[in-house]
Amino acid sequence: MHPFSYTRASDTREALNAGRDGGRYIAGGTTLVDLMRETVERPETLVDITALPLGEITVTERGGLRIGALVTMSEAAAHAKVRTLYPVVSEALELSASAQLRNMATIGGNIMQRTRCTYFRDVTADCNKREPGSGCAALHGVNRTHAILGTSDACVATHPSDAAVAFAALEARVHLLGPDGTRQVPFVDFLLRPGSTPHREQALRSGELITAVQIPPLPRPLRSGYLKVRDRQSYEFALTSAAVALHVRGGVIREARVAAGGVGTVPWKLPAVEQHLVGERPSGALWSAAAAKAADGARPLQHNRFKVELLKRTVERQLRVVGGTE
Amino acid sequence: MSTELPELAAPPPTGAGGSSPAPTRRTFIATSTVVGGAVVAGSVVGGTSLIGGEEAAAAERPPSSRVSLTVNGTRRSLTVDNRTSLLDLLREHLGLTGSKKGCNAGACGACTVLVDGHRVNACLTLAVRLEGAEVTTIEGLAEGEQLHPLQQAFIDEDAFQCGYCTPGQIVSGVGCIQEGHTGSPEEIREWMSGNICRCGCYVKIVRAVRQTAGRK
Ligand SMILES: Cc1cc2nc3c(=O)[nH]c(=O)nc-3n(C[C@H](O)[C@H](O)[C@H](O)COP(=O)(O)OP(=O)(O)OC[C@H]3O[C@@H](n4cnc5c(N)ncnc54)[C@H](O)[C@@H]3O)c2cc1C
Ligand code: SF4
Ligand code: FES
Ligand code: FES
Repeated sequence: MHPFSYTRASDTREALNAGRDGGRYIAGGTTLVDLMRETVERPETLVDITALPLGEITVTERGGLRIGALVTMSEAAAHAKVRTLYPVVSEALELSASAQLRNMATIGGNIMQRTRCTYFRDVTADCNKREPGSGCAALHGVNRTHAILGTSDACVATHPSDAAVAFAALEARVHLLGPDGTRQVPFVDFLLRPGSTPHREQALRSGELITAVQIPPLPRPLRSGYLKVRDRQSYEFALTSAAVALHVRGGVIREARVAAGGVGTVPWKLPAVEQHLVGERPSGALWSAAAAKAADGARPLQHNRFKVELLKRTVERQLRVVGGTE
Repeated sequence: MSTELPELAAPPPTGAGGSSPAPTRRTFIATSTVVGGAVVAGSVVGGTSLIGGEEAAAAERPPSSRVSLTVNGTRRSLTVDNRTSLLDLLREHLGLTGSKKGCNAGACGACTVLVDGHRVNACLTLAVRLEGAEVTTIEGLAEGEQLHPLQQAFIDEDAFQCGYCTPGQIVSGVGCIQEGHTGSPEEIREWMSGNICRCGCYVKIVRAVRQTAGRK
């Protein structure tokens, strides 16, 4: 680990000042400390933001939710309103990492976490994300866990967050605070696809602070849930996952929100699947027909072809579970 | 997947990466006791012969900070190199070697301790961030000679083989019981999944946690 100086911000203004001067925010530290130890990250100054007043969960009008950036993963998962209003969020959180890590890690840090690509974490390997222009060792290397959607020739790494898949499905907004004031960014625009600049991962300006993730209200009754498929039953990242939310009234699907994880360079929203569902009556045949579109546009690599079929089955299974027929 | 475990579940040599030869386990224990005593008096740690590899790598005196925390009921005030993890603080500076270093990356749970009552991975916790915190390690669970019920249950159930993961399992189990996630063996397995056991003692670990939770 490289040496760094450490300051604790006691309020938002102090944090932004330190951020403007090049300080790096630290929340739970479960991504940052790990990567600093591997010398993938080499911040000169750490700015501890845990004392900032960003630890609240509030229900917004008409039943949306605003989750403060410093709410821990375990607090968010256990929160009664999160569990009743958006089970897809609490399930995605509880299927993430371990109880210990969830006690430390925050919602803001979770959506900011960096890829688990082994070459990214290995400073001796070529990696465009870590060192722009050096190449991508995964492209023709061990790429079983890598992405099949949203990839480029420069980078094929997945975004590893589970909660972010639920946020993408629900069309959440990220609230930001910077030197020039506040702004909101739709979740789909917040995390960036690699293109030719895989080192740019978020639409975050220098020194900007995430203050909250806001989930818009959806018509009720709403059923939602998260399914995660992985190499072992727990404490493991997703090979594939599906976040599904459905509003069914009068026997007809009125609203559908679907996104997939473990397969995209960013959480992968599935508009074609959603469109196939809306206006239809739930049935086993509908779930499979909709899920057949889940891997449209996939570009599998040498070792992850299995993800194409696995993704469709994961989405179909979760539509069935949430939709409640057959 | 990058949650892979290191090949050996053995602690790395204390001086790994530094220029001085690694101390033997015996000299390490002897010296750490002395330093442990000095620490209580409020001395500066880091820059001693006990600094870890990461700290030794810095040429100049690396950025350090003063921190006061309570460990197993004892108040400690010390100056730490900012890079020191809570795990290294406990093991290398305070002589509390019960908490183990398995992966040093959040992927095994051997370093589990309670911070302000919550179970966390000490390897990913920077010591400098613990101003005012209450830390409980495996050494702090017993009341005098009286083992914590979960410690006793691990013995009764024979819930370990090599014992390397055991301190982390027990502290994590204490957290799991406090959180109330002990309704069924399945629930315990899921909520204890942050603790890997290379010897595969899971069935008996779950039994020990279940028994202890039931007794409460
Ligand atoms: C072994 C292991 C297994 C894991 N398994 C999973 C899993 O299955 N699913 C999953 O989703 N995740 C998993 N994780 C990742 C974990 O969820 C993240 O590390 C965690 O959510 C990061 O949050 P943090 O608060 O600790 O972030 P930090 O490490 O504190 O910060 C991460 C990054 O975000 C920035 N940041 C933090 N907060 C803010 C803010 N408010 N504003 C601006 N920038 C900010 C920091 O500067 C840093 O760049 C795993 C991690 C480990 C170590
Ligand atoms: S996939 Fe992306 S993160 Fe992994 S080696 Fe290639 S450029 Fe780096
Ligand atoms: S040493 Fe493995 S999780 Fe901390
Ligand atoms: S690792 Fe040997 S007892 Fe668990």
